[in-house]
Amino acid sequence: MRYFLCMLALLGGSISSAHAGIDDAINSATAPIATFIGQVVFFKIPIFGAQLPVVVLWLVVGAVFFTFYMGFINLRGFKHAIQLVRGDYADPNSSGEVSHFQALATAVSGTVGIGNIGGVAVAVTVGGPGATFWLIMAGFLGMSTKFVECTLGVKYRKEFDDGHVSGGPMYYLRQGFKERGMEGFGKFMGTFYAIGIFIGALGIGNMFQSNQAYVQLNNVSGGALDGLGWLVGLILAGVVFSVIVGGIKSIARVTEKIVPFMAVFYCLFSIIVILMNVGSLPQAIANIFTGAFTGEGVAGGALGAMIIGFQRAVFSNEAGIGSASIAHSAVRTDEPVTEGIVSLLEPFIDTIVICTITALVIGTAQVAAPDFAGDSIGVAMTSAAFEREFSWFPIPLAFAALLFAFSTMISWSYYGLKGWTYLFGEGETGQTIYKLLFCAFVALGCVVQLGPILDISDALVFLICVPNILGLYFLAPIVKREMISYFARVESGEIRKFK
Amino acid sequence: MSDKILVAIDGSEGGRRALKAAVKHASLTNADLVLTYVIAWTPYSFHTPEELAERHERRESEIERANESILASESAVAISEGIKVETVVRHGKIADTLIELAKEYDVSQIYIGRLGESRVHSMIFGSVTAALIQTSEVPVTVVP
Repeated sequence: MRYFLCMLALLGGSISSAHAGIDDAINSATAPIATFIGQVVFFKIPIFGAQLPVVVLWLVVGAVFFTFYMGFINLRGFKHAIQLVRGDYADPNSSGEVSHFQALATAVSGTVGIGNIGGVAVAVTVGGPGATFWLIMAGFLGMSTKFVECTLGVKYRKEFDDGHVSGGPMYYLRQGFKERGMEGFGKFMGTFYAIGIFIGALGIGNMFQSNQAYVQLNNVSGGALDGLGWLVGLILAGVVFSVIVGGIKSIARVTEKIVPFMAVFYCLFSIIVILMNVGSLPQAIANIFTGAFTGEGVAGGALGAMIIGFQRAVFSNEAGIGSASIAHSAVRTDEPVTEGIVSLLEPFIDTIVICTITALVIGTAQVAAPDFAGDSIGVAMTSAAFEREFSWFPIPLAFAALLFAFSTMISWSYYGLKGWTYLFGEGETGQTIYKLLFCAFVALGCVVQLGPILDISDALVFLICVPNILGLYFLAPIVKREMISYFARVESGEIRKFK
Repeated sequence: MSDKILVAIDGSEGGRRALKAAVKHASLTNADLVLTYVIAWTPYSFHTPEELAERHERRESEIERANESILASESAVAISEGIKVETVVRHGKIADTLIELAKEYDVSQIYIGRLGESRVHSMIFGSVTAALIQTSEVPVTVVP
């Protein structure tokens, strides 16, 4: 506890005295690096008047390939996924182990975040209503990518002597390529991935979240928190600290319980708002479909709308990034395929359900009152769409955004930790250093306008899709073999239901 | 084949009283005992990724503790009376799991101690004993 107070005092002192200075210094030092990395990662090729970032193409081609290669597992596996989550196939003798439901819930609360509320608004602003169609499409295809990466996460995880497990893309990249006789390359890819997920965890999994939570809180309080970013940052960092360093699990447990509740609450109110505007609904849906193929008023037309939809979907459901496979690898099962099948539901819940609902709230508002949001974008735009019906809604929405941000930070702190331990070993001291660093970045996220730094971490998160999906191509035959064998055994009754 | 009686114990006084009554019953009817310890657990809860990663270790240690500190010492009581004893530890919802175990081990009778749950607690969470009596397919003896 004293340790904790010292840290608070230290951070508070340095930040409040010099935060304007730090802000400028960091910005000017990192802007060129960010621009460079951004240009490399988001290298664009012009096609039919649209600018297509190669990395987005890479993700989409991967998702389409895995959908076909696995024989539309995203459709075929859906019913079985629900049976698995329900526990129909759970062996009572292994009761007390992590259940499929728990693994799914944890992974979902890591992905449901600001992206579901604000990201969709950004997509609609930039890509028009048609972007929603491609967002849903990307969610659908992303289900197959998730299936492959989560199956591999379990299959190639590493078990330590004391029984704890570490898994994720860095482990399957290293091990998978080794099995294919490319040991050196596998090591390189694993390390590359681990560095990427570590930096990404400090950026989009951390600073971006705490920053957006602060901005949202400041908005609803009418600017009362202007200049108090350091205070909000310290409080948030303190809470994160108490969970990940102090091991105060109760806070995490409470949030983990509130987050699904908030998600249901959010969807419920969204549906009410959509129903209140039911007259605008047919037009809003029509706009989504026509926009998808004509791309009216969007830079790059239909293709432009498509690119934006796909890009936002990846941000939201993380399919292809490989992060969820880290969370799923904790599950103890003899059948890695079952984790993959369960993980299909993540892009479904995150993108196809929650993002679509948000898009319809915004879409119906746009039909009824084209100028409803004024100049606001992102979360503020979604908030304005709700405000038309319920003037008080921005307050619970800000609260929801805060909780989503918090649970995403907790999940990403773990993903980053796994990258760190992959690089530096499982030593306790190293882990504590990482966790303190993580907390410091939570506080920093609220204080400084870290545009360029966020760009770097954003770019890096997309960059780790490159080794990840490359690995998935190489290892897909193994997954396919296991999948066929698994379904054959379900069919023959060798794998039986217990309920 | 001799009859089997399932006894739910949890290291409490109530559990010991149930065991005592069951031992008496078993020695009179020449039955075997199945001593069970159910660790309250639900597959539908929410955890952080770190907790998930540690879950397996924790489960092992929970089972070990249940076996060593509770089931081992309590089964000794029955064994000393010359009764054949099986022990089982399982995670789950207590009443449901006891019923599942009763089916699995094909027992003819369940013995359980009154748990001394408070009224408020039972009102909110429901009483384990009441749930067991309501849904069990074999006779249940509740030992006060």
